[in-house]
Amino acid sequence: MKWIESFIIAVRSLGSNKLRSSLTMLGVIIGVGSVITLMSVGRGAEKSITSTLEGMGTNLIYIASQTPGVQGLAAMGMASQSLTLSDAEAIAERVPSVVAVAPITENYAEVAAGDESVAAFIEATTPEYEYVLNFPTEYGQFITARHVASRDMVTVLGSDIAEDLFGGEDAVGKKVKINGRQFNVIGVLEAKGGQMMGISMDAIIVVPITTYQARLFPGQTVRGEDAIQQIAVQIESTEVADIVSADITELLSQRHRITEEGKEDFLIMTQEQMMGMIQQVTGLLTVLLGAIASISLLVGSIGIMNIMLVSVTERTREIGIRKAVGAKRRDILLQFLLEAAMLSLSGGVVGIIGGWAVSWLISTFSAAAGISIDAVVSWDIVILAISVSVFIGLVSGIYPAMRAARLNPIDALHYE
Amino acid sequence: MSPNKGMIELENITKIYRMGDVEVPALRGVTLNIYQGEMVALIGASGSGKSTLMNIVGFLDKPTEGKYTIEGIDVSGLNDNKLAEMRNKKIGFVFQTYNLLARTAAIANVELPLIYGGTGQKRKRAMEALERVGLKERATHKPSELSGGEQQRVAIARALVNDPSLILADEPTGNLDSKSTVEIISIFCRLNQEGITVILVTHEPDVAAKAQRIVRLLDGKIVEDKKVEPAAGN
Repeated sequence: MKWIESFIIAVRSLGSNKLRSSLTMLGVIIGVGSVITLMSVGRGAEKSITSTLEGMGTNLIYIASQTPGVQGLAAMGMASQSLTLSDAEAIAERVPSVVAVAPITENYAEVAAGDESVAAFIEATTPEYEYVLNFPTEYGQFITARHVASRDMVTVLGSDIAEDLFGGEDAVGKKVKINGRQFNVIGVLEAKGGQMMGISMDAIIVVPITTYQARLFPGQTVRGEDAIQQIAVQIESTEVADIVSADITELLSQRHRITEEGKEDFLIMTQEQMMGMIQQVTGLLTVLLGAIASISLLVGSIGIMNIMLVSVTERTREIGIRKAVGAKRRDILLQFLLEAAMLSLSGGVVGIIGGWAVSWLISTFSAAAGISIDAVVSWDIVILAISVSVFIGLVSGIYPAMRAARLNPIDALHYE
Repeated sequence: MSPNKGMIELENITKIYRMGDVEVPALRGVTLNIYQGEMVALIGASGSGKSTLMNIVGFLDKPTEGKYTIEGIDVSGLNDNKLAEMRNKKIGFVFQTYNLLARTAAIANVELPLIYGGTGQKRKRAMEALERVGLKERATHKPSELSGGEQQRVAIARALVNDPSLILADEPTGNLDSKSTVEIISIFCRLNQEGITVILVTHEPDVAAKAQRIVRLLDGKIVEDKKVEPAAGN
């Protein structure tokens, strides 16, 4: 029997039971739609984080405090502070291939101007921050070495903060209150877009690190010095990252009087390692989302199998007639397989369109909400979804089709 | 084909159905030769095995024991695919309940064997077959829009479309009124005159009387096999 005829028979029989066919398809539509949506959202999130990291510059090494022996997430959040400003200065002076060093301490704070008040992410740092982390000012100026030296009450606002507090007005020269203390605004940063772990890169404010230590959140190391949370080191190129990491480890071990390897009270991570870690996490997330969505796909395929079994039973007589006039087993098999595959394929196509639409909506609304997730439906996801839906159609159709093909023609003809 | 050599040769055919542990014999050793161009009526009470015999002749069922050859081919050696091909090419079936595909136009029903036979000009050949049974102008009607007699004529057209050498009809007039019965039987007679071998299963004496030969079955055995005077046919 020719394919075209099998195809026509399949279309006719699906068309003769429109409600049933569309309800069966709905299972596949929802399954494929959610796979497409979730996978593209996962990809979008990954892309957004990666591009934010790249926007910060790639020739970076981060140094953070860690409590020796404590591993994983606990080590990140709960570490006793061990780094100091003089550590940062020592790195800048003594490690070769280092271009610039920015000590950083971060915290949340309430920022108010007049009646307006917003929560901001404080970056307490030195002038080097501007180019180490690539944060040029839109207007006004960045903090200077003099501001740091004399612990001036000055701040540079992120573009969103400036917008929230002062609308379109020039913020330079205005006064803001950070945790109740008055600061002069000396500059506004360029809008960067993007976000990092849920923090918008434009919702930060920059203050001199010395001012932060003295006036906002005093914190000390175990040795009684003023503590900083991390040090961002800009290096000449990514090729020297490993050498510089080793040099810094040696220098800080010396300074912190650490003799045993593995007992360091600090952690060094290159930008590349960080990106790798994040990609691992987001990649895992994407796979996980895809797996959850696949469950609905599985349910959809069970629906197809179910309806195909019903269809075979209902059409037992028809199968008998076809066999009596000369249909071979494979003709009947092909007819029902094609029917199942078409159910699932058309469900898959509608699901792709639906998933595409939902991804687009998510991108649009998340952009409007300030978190940019560029949920892109890429061709590989579409091809994957189509092949998966045809595959499940065939898999769930094979058993009913085999039952149909094996029917004894006499029994089938006399079936009531 | 030599006259003493049958087109269909059944040799000591038995058929036993198994219903759980119980064996129900439907045919107990049937030996029968049917010759090219004959019109044979198989008669007998229900349960006598006449339908079973017809299913075996039409390759819809396999005998438990015995030898069946058609046109010199031993059927017992053939697999399912080959049997399907034989049904398609050599035989046309006509059933008591017509067995047309519902919601499918008459012409499409007639085309059905051609789909599986793989020949071209399906529409044209199906139309010719409908013309032979006098239903050309109702080609696009669905079975539900046709009378019983018309439906049976569509079924005959379907049986004819692949130019079979044998037509098997299982109680073809069982569901029809007397006027339609006469029409259908006269179609069979005409086809027989055109050279097609016809085997009719029936329990109506009037219908059997149109055949040239009447074979009577009782409890799975042939108890009578007689020739009818040709004058009775037309």
